[in-house]
Amino acid sequence: MTSLYATLAVILFSIGLVGFLIRRNALVIFMCVELMLNAANLLFVAFSAHWGILDGQMAAFFVMVVAAAEVVIGLSIIVMISRARRSTSVDNEIVLKG
Amino acid sequence: MILLSTPPGTATAVIFLICAVLSIAGAIGLVAFRKPVYSALCLALVMVSLAVIYAGLGAPFLFAVQIIVYTGAVLMLFLFVIMLVGVSSQDTLGETLKGHRVAVAIAGVGVLILLTLAVAQGIHGVPVGVTQVNSDDGGNVQGLASLIFSHYVIAFEATAALLITAAVAAMVLAHPEQVKKKAGQVERAAQRLEAYITSGENPAPRPNSGVFARHNAISTPALLPDGTVSAQSVSKVLADRVGLASPEALWAPHDDVLDAIEAAGDEPLVLGAAERGEESEPSRTTDPDFTPPELTGPDQPAILEQPGAPEQPGAPEQPGAPEQPVAPEQPGAPDQTAQADEPEAPSTSEPDETTRPTQPTDVDQTAQADEPEALSSTEPDETTRPKPPTDVDQAAKPDEPTQPELPVQSDEPDDRTNPIKRDPPAEQPTSGQENPHD
Repeated sequence: MTSLYATLAVILFSIGLVGFLIRRNALVIFMCVELMLNAANLLFVAFSAHWGILDGQMAAFFVMVVAAAEVVIGLSIIVMISRARRSTSVDNEIVLKG
Repeated sequence: MILLSTPPGTATAVIFLICAVLSIAGAIGLVAFRKPVYSALCLALVMVSLAVIYAGLGAPFLFAVQIIVYTGAVLMLFLFVIMLVGVSSQDTLGETLKGHRVAVAIAGVGVLILLTLAVAQGIHGVPVGVTQVNSDDGGNVQGLASLIFSHYVIAFEATAALLITAAVAAMVLAHPEQVKKKAGQVERAAQRLEAYITSGENPAPRPNSGVFARHNAISTPALLPDGTVSAQSVSKVLADRVGLASPEALWAPHDDVLDAIEAAGDEPLVLGAAERGEESEPSRTTDPDFTPPELTGPDQPAILEQPGAPEQPGAPEQPGAPEQPVAPEQPGAPDQTAQADEPEAPSTSEPDETTRPTQPTDVDQTAQADEPEALSSTEPDETTRPKPPTDVDQAAKPDEPTQPELPVQSDEPDDRTNPIKRDPPAEQPTSGQENPHD
């Protein structure tokens, strides 16, 4: 049973990775990151159940907290950039180049 | 919840399969949909499905947190920002890097294989399940609490600092600061001139919307001298939504009036003159001397043949034409009405009016000389009617060629001035332009 959960987590993570690489809207890229974090969480919880210890759930909980903080920061950055450049496409962010 | 937190059984397996299919479909939708709002909703589907799976894995606390924090807070924040920065923002189609998608597909499959192998390494032995652990402290939440406040207390405190920092950072980052210096009047004037030099864009303000007697809505376009509609005179939003009125539609009332005039013949004109006399008395206060000769019927039929005259006859057919009644009696009156109706009529015409009331005789001369701005060809005729009409017309016509040029120089920018300009040369347009005033 754990292998099923792990397979699902791996598939979700891969889809998230593909989306992260292929999409160019910063918001969608950000959502793909969230998807990958969720896949990792699923793996944490699955292994927590597999080994019978709660530390995996604890880790998933911390991942959620960090993800919430990260979303707040990331979205405010996206808002700031879109305000300055009228676009959320990462193709346009060449000005960030050094 | 209690049912779901039981060790993996057939019910849990079925729920897992359903949720697995839903979450994978949601993940694919998240990547595939072009609109970010759809992507966000797909992500919500994934998160809720994962929450149910958490419940099946004996993690009711994470089940709740996943829905409350992730789906409820984080994802709604996503949607909020999507609405804020523009729902319409879509990904550009096509790949900007050559071979990008192929490389991404290879990377995705590679990561999938690698992760599968890596995770498979960690799965051995018989699954224990969390039932025992959950019951040790009296429940899943209690077990997590004992962990947080003992083993993970430092990380927990750090989390508090992290959240505070994130909140402050979000406020600092999202605070609306002026990214670029705000353009003042000088800068904008320079920009307009720059655009004029580079692209030939007209630096003057855009023309007003058309103001006609029957149409003066903001969506009514102004007419250009060539008879077409000025797209600049209407807001683009309105033009897109409502569409620009066709010039034919704007001209139609004028043509109707002309037709009615032709069909009516001389009879109604006399009646119309009488009506005008009644209506216009209040406005006639300036010079009463002129009214008697104008009101006489015989003059007007004769004038009708003249090019400028047609509008006057039009009045009887249409009660809605207040200016025309005024015209015959007072030379100065027509100009005033013209000014009132048409913003373009330059201020130069006003001095004429001021002079007219005082000296009727001079009025005609001034009208001939100065009338370019107002509807010149028609009005001179009307104004001069009381006096020898033929002389007046002859005198006015030589002036006309020069007249159109004056407004051109002074009012270049406006499209709306153009209709006036073209009136003198072409006689139909003149009445056509007045038609709006009807």
